Amino acid sequence: MTATLEKPPPPLEKASLKHRLAERGVDRTLWLLVPGAIFVVVLFLYPVLYGLQLSFQPKDGGGPFGNYIKFFSDPYLRDTIWITLRLGLPAALINVLASIPIAFQLRGKFRGKRTITTMLVVPITLGTVLTAQGLIEYLGRAGWFNRVLLTLGVDEPIRLVHNYWGVLFSLVITGFPFAFLLTLSYLSGIDPSLEQAAATLGASRRDRFRHITLPLLAPGLAITFCLTFVLAFSVFPSAIMVGEPSGETHVMSIAAYETAFRDFDYSLGAAVAMLMALVMLAVIALVLVWRATLYRGATGGKG
Amino acid sequence: MSTGAARFAELHIDHVQRAFGDTVALRGMDLTIKGGEFIALLGPSGCGKSTALNCLAGLLPLTGGKITMDGKRIDDLPPERRGFGMVFQNYALFPHMSVRRNIGFGLSMRKVGKTELNRRVDEAIKLVQLTEHEHKFPAQLSGGQQQRVAIARAIVLEPPLVLMDEPLSNLDASLRLEMRTEIRRLHQSLGLTTVYVTHDQEEALALADRLVVLRLGEVQQIGSPEDVYAHPTNAYVAGFMGYRNMLRVTVESVDGENAVVTGEGVRLAGVNRESLPSGAAAVAAVRPEDFSLVVPNAASTENTVSAVVEIVEYHGREQAVEARLPSGEQLHVRTNSRLAPGDTVQLRVPVERVLIFAEGSSS
Ligand SMILES: Nc1ncnc2c1ncn2[C@@H]1O[C@H](COP(=O)(O)OP(=O)(O)O)[C@@H](O)[C@H]1O
Ligand SMILES: [Mg+2]
Repeated sequence: MTATLEKPPPPLEKASLKHRLAERGVDRTLWLLVPGAIFVVVLFLYPVLYGLQLSFQPKDGGGPFGNYIKFFSDPYLRDTIWITLRLGLPAALINVLASIPIAFQLRGKFRGKRTITTMLVVPITLGTVLTAQGLIEYLGRAGWFNRVLLTLGVDEPIRLVHNYWGVLFSLVITGFPFAFLLTLSYLSGIDPSLEQAAATLGASRRDRFRHITLPLLAPGLAITFCLTFVLAFSVFPSAIMVGEPSGETHVMSIAAYETAFRDFDYSLGAAVAMLMALVMLAVIALVLVWRATLYRGATGGKG
Repeated sequence: MSTGAARFAELHIDHVQRAFGDTVALRGMDLTIKGGEFIALLGPSGCGKSTALNCLAGLLPLTGGKITMDGKRIDDLPPERRGFGMVFQNYALFPHMSVRRNIGFGLSMRKVGKTELNRRVDEAIKLVQLTEHEHKFPAQLSGGQQQRVAIARAIVLEPPLVLMDEPLSNLDASLRLEMRTEIRRLHQSLGLTTVYVTHDQEEALALADRLVVLRLGEVQQIGSPEDVYAHPTNAYVAGFMGYRNMLRVTVESVDGENAVVTGEGVRLAGVNRESLPSGAAAVAAVRPEDFSLVVPNAASTENTVSAVVEIVEYHGREQAVEARLPSGEQLHVRTNSRLAPGDTVQLRVPVERVLIFAEGSSS
């Protein structure tokens, strides 16, 4: 004890400031965030801000909002919002809804689980181009599916590619693995004894799902929906390869690409990209507002 | 809680078996539970207690045997159709529901009317003294309060059988004692038939009307607390019931119920619990508190052992002493006398307090 008393007391002011900052999580480890921050600024913030200011400088004049006025007065451009939403929302919804029962079946431990999970996740590694090729093989006019239909006596081959459906299929195939993996991990976070407890209290399988699992899973499903929606909303290659890029699947990313790199109107292209981001943010904001009304605490049994 | 629960007369657990792959967690359990009884399943971790409870609740399908309630077979019913209340070790409270909704969940699943539901939930909340906390969520409650919610949630349905899986093991020591009394009080006032799982012999002895001691999935002994405490059937049960001293001996002679056993520097008479023949390898089980100190140079040294004191722990009125026998075996002794490390002591134990078991049935 005496040894510490003999030492000169540390400068009180400085120590307490450091202490107060540390209490708020401010200390030297914060420097570790610097590389990440630089990365965000260089690769994300700068292009966004650059694009934003570019979009307010129309090539053909017409005031700062010229590009935006042009976008909304041209039906070919304006309709891309609806076209993209019409693809992105159902695709995200299908992916989330399909992943629930499958993740539900696969959450326990059993033999062959790894094989099945791997098979479900493989489409991630295929990439959109291979998926598109496969879709054309299977669902095209001369594809296997139609050949089977024709031999079964159907008169006309059904058009399932090079239109809306082709793109939707492709979005489901590429988006489902993400939705499934996310849902599975959210589901694994729910303590199985909660469902057992509900069962001993007389809840049937359906009641257990409705009153226990689903409410605890819902916040995770909201996040899953947002992620697969963002993936689907920015669809580009499959909208061209298995869609009808100048008509039914003239999505926003194609519009942005065409204006910027075919018509060389970078400024209008930037405006389309900004609107694309805005629509996505609006949808995500809506979902997150709904999510905020849900229970979002721990999903373990101890509360 | 005014009306008695739906009672059964007898529940038969008939050679119930449960295996997980190659490991057999429960080997042919036989037990008959009478309505209103409080049964404790006692055994160390991994002996199959939870497995037995989950089999009863319907959460685990049996791999053999059957369960009948008043002659009706119930082991093929899913848990929601058995209607047994269960209190889980981790409470398993629904984190997204308030205390009220947690407790009312079972009633609403049974489509009980709103006024009836509210009345019964109110009653249950009052019974476990959570009235001020009824609108809180589980995460806002202390461990003891969560425990009460779990119990209230299980008993509000007045189930024919309440199953409790180590309900007190997550609580600190003083709260554990308090809740133990609470559980006993609830059982006495409601008369709910209860199967209570614990690894704590004190808890089991304090609560149960009947004890079932398990070991590696096998029932070792079934009996009243007094019976199991005083007359364990084998060395394993004895070890669990506080017979901490297990001296390795050989049976020298048999005389009716009793036998004389000898070990290195030890010669004791005791009760021959397993009717061992002379010459058999055995253990002599003695409780630490059954030893008494013999005054030095006493005339009789009948049924005594001599040992050297090594460690003395002060426990208030008593001392816990660890001593060493001439054979090198350790001896646990509780005594009121003041001893010091290094003392050589002569310890006497009454013949009826020495239990002789076959070797190898302990641990
Ligand atoms: N789901 C399971 N899969 C495989 N083995 C299990 C499972 N549950 C329990 N066991 C095994 O069964 C035995 C008994 O377990 P349990 O009933 O949980 O013991 P206790 O509740 O008495 O601690 C243990 O050896 C355990 O490893
Ligand atoms: Mg257990």
